[in-house]
Amino acid sequence: MITLGIDIGSLTAKGVLLKDNSILEKHLIQVGYNSKKAGDKLLAELLEKASIDRTEIARIVATGYGRNSIDFADKAVSEIICHGKGIHFLLPDTRTIVDIGGQDSKVIILNAKGTVVNFVMNDKCAAGTGRFLDVMARAMETEIQYFGELSLQSKNPAEISSVCTVFAESEIVSLVAKGENREDITSGIHLSIGRRIYSMVRRVGMVEPVAMSGGVALNIGVIDALEKLLKTEIKTSPLAQYGGALGAALLAVNE
Amino acid sequence: MAERLKATKEMKRIMRRYYAQAKYAHYIGKKVAWITSGGPVEPLIAMNIIPVYPENHGAMLGASKKGGQLSEFAEGLGYSPDVCSYVKDDIASTITKESPIKGGLPKPDMLICSNNICGTVLKWYEIQARNFNVPLFIYDTPFVHTEFTEEAKEYIKEQTKEYILFLEKVMGHKFNYKKMDKVGRYSLQSMKLWKEILDTAAHKPSPMTAFDAFFHLALIVTLRGKKVVLRYYKTLLKELQERNTKNSGAVDNEKYRLLWDNLPIWFRMRWLSDKFANHQAALVADTYTQAWCGVIDYIDENDFLGTMGEAYTRIHLNVGVDKMADTIKDFIRKFDVDGLVMHSNRSCKPYSFGQYDIQNLIKDMDIPVLMIEADMTDDRKFSESQVEARIDAFMEVIKEKKRTK
Repeated sequence: MITLGIDIGSLTAKGVLLKDNSILEKHLIQVGYNSKKAGDKLLAELLEKASIDRTEIARIVATGYGRNSIDFADKAVSEIICHGKGIHFLLPDTRTIVDIGGQDSKVIILNAKGTVVNFVMNDKCAAGTGRFLDVMARAMETEIQYFGELSLQSKNPAEISSVCTVFAESEIVSLVAKGENREDITSGIHLSIGRRIYSMVRRVGMVEPVAMSGGVALNIGVIDALEKLLKTEIKTSPLAQYGGALGAALLAVNE
Repeated sequence: MAERLKATKEMKRIMRRYYAQAKYAHYIGKKVAWITSGGPVEPLIAMNIIPVYPENHGAMLGASKKGGQLSEFAEGLGYSPDVCSYVKDDIASTITKESPIKGGLPKPDMLICSNNICGTVLKWYEIQARNFNVPLFIYDTPFVHTEFTEEAKEYIKEQTKEYILFLEKVMGHKFNYKKMDKVGRYSLQSMKLWKEILDTAAHKPSPMTAFDAFFHLALIVTLRGKKVVLRYYKTLLKELQERNTKNSGAVDNEKYRLLWDNLPIWFRMRWLSDKFANHQAALVADTYTQAWCGVIDYIDENDFLGTMGEAYTRIHLNVGVDKMADTIKDFIRKFDVDGLVMHSNRSCKPYSFGQYDIQNLIKDMDIPVLMIEADMTDDRKFSESQVEARIDAFMEVIKEKKRTK
């Protein structure tokens, strides 16, 4: 049986085709302003990539912010459950999951069987979210994919004290004006987001081992900052960005 | 879809009449007192003064989606965005006359402020006392950190005495102790009835939700001590009991039961109610409406005036977080709930400040807790997609938990 999981985030749309408990194909596109259109495009491109027909897909589950705009999905499920399932599949021992999404960050606690037992999400402020990193990378004129690596080259991280994205940006502007070097400012930015996540992890109560899901798991700077703050190893998978979509595809199997 | 409560119509009629009377108080030779929601209203009724509640008005402004706009107006006057939206709505409405009541609230002849609900009310009522140039009485209740001391007891008794003297001075005649006795008895009876009403929700399925309680609360807040409250609540109680006999729930196919903490989000009542009902979840109880019957045990029906001070001092918002957590634990057991929904209310600091501590204190209850960031009337502080994502995730965790149990 083939199932499809679609994760429509605020920035990227991810799709995973699952066949007999293994990943058949995966795909990622930018969402743009219309999540419904992004869903249609993702499906078409994914079918072509996997060379299968739409009728071969038994069931489709959608997740992410745009989950309710995917009219061809059989069911919409929130990201919490999907990231739980997806990461449990990729890294079975995981008990705490950190996911930094475009407009939401979450810390999810799983029991030994991989069932979600608790979670906490950021408050209304965007400071602990992926958007924060995006805005800061732009302020530092660095491509987001090199942002984490740049931060690792710092010897003396700058202090970014504001928790507000807008104020942090102006703080950075003044650090640049003061002549602080790029690496140190970048490292300070990663520690700043790390501290926000750290307090969320403490609020819900960390259970080791800890893993990261979502696209930000590819950012080595965030992983490094979190490892320093949480004093534990953060596991990741090269497929972490597909964690939500994979979980949705797994849920579709049992529906 | 589950039917609406029939009694509701009568309730709307009573409230309309109450506000009409307050509006024309001066024509019928009566005086109007503005009073805080947790304030001691019974002596006013005993003195034939019409009490008016700016907080109830604030709820009406919130429900009619005027909260954000009025707050914005008040911020233009120089009030900080962090000031309580009831305060800002009231101050703005006094100037703009924007209100579901034509022309806004009737002007006060005096102001009665009790700080048992928060410290903000002091400044709020001082501002309005200057604005209307009317006398202000502050009924000062000491905070009950752990225990209600003998000193506190003495202090609050003095407050009551001063309150009576204040009323005698403003009204120009002696206090009516005989009428006070009757009003006190009615007030206590209506609190007991209100408790019975809320307790019907322990039944499965629950005949009412917290959204119903938020609505029907208006009477116990504004008119307790009046006979009409008793009559109405008896009718409502009967209807709820009948629902329980027929096992007819307020939410279709109720599967999950939740507890709400903090004030309602007045401008999103319907949306939230539908959102939870779609998950077959009923908000069966809340800490807010329970506050009007949580202190019954401290009142002596034969000496209402002498004992009300302790009751008014020990209300939910004037006690330490340990006590608040205990109350929440009691409700979790009594109403057998599967999850706790906490509204972190930008406006209400005393209600929202201890919520993370309470979460830690109730960990042994082992139920999921959802935090919703919003405001009771200011719709600028509500993000639909964020709240929706959190509610869906929370309900899925509850479902998963119940399924694997």
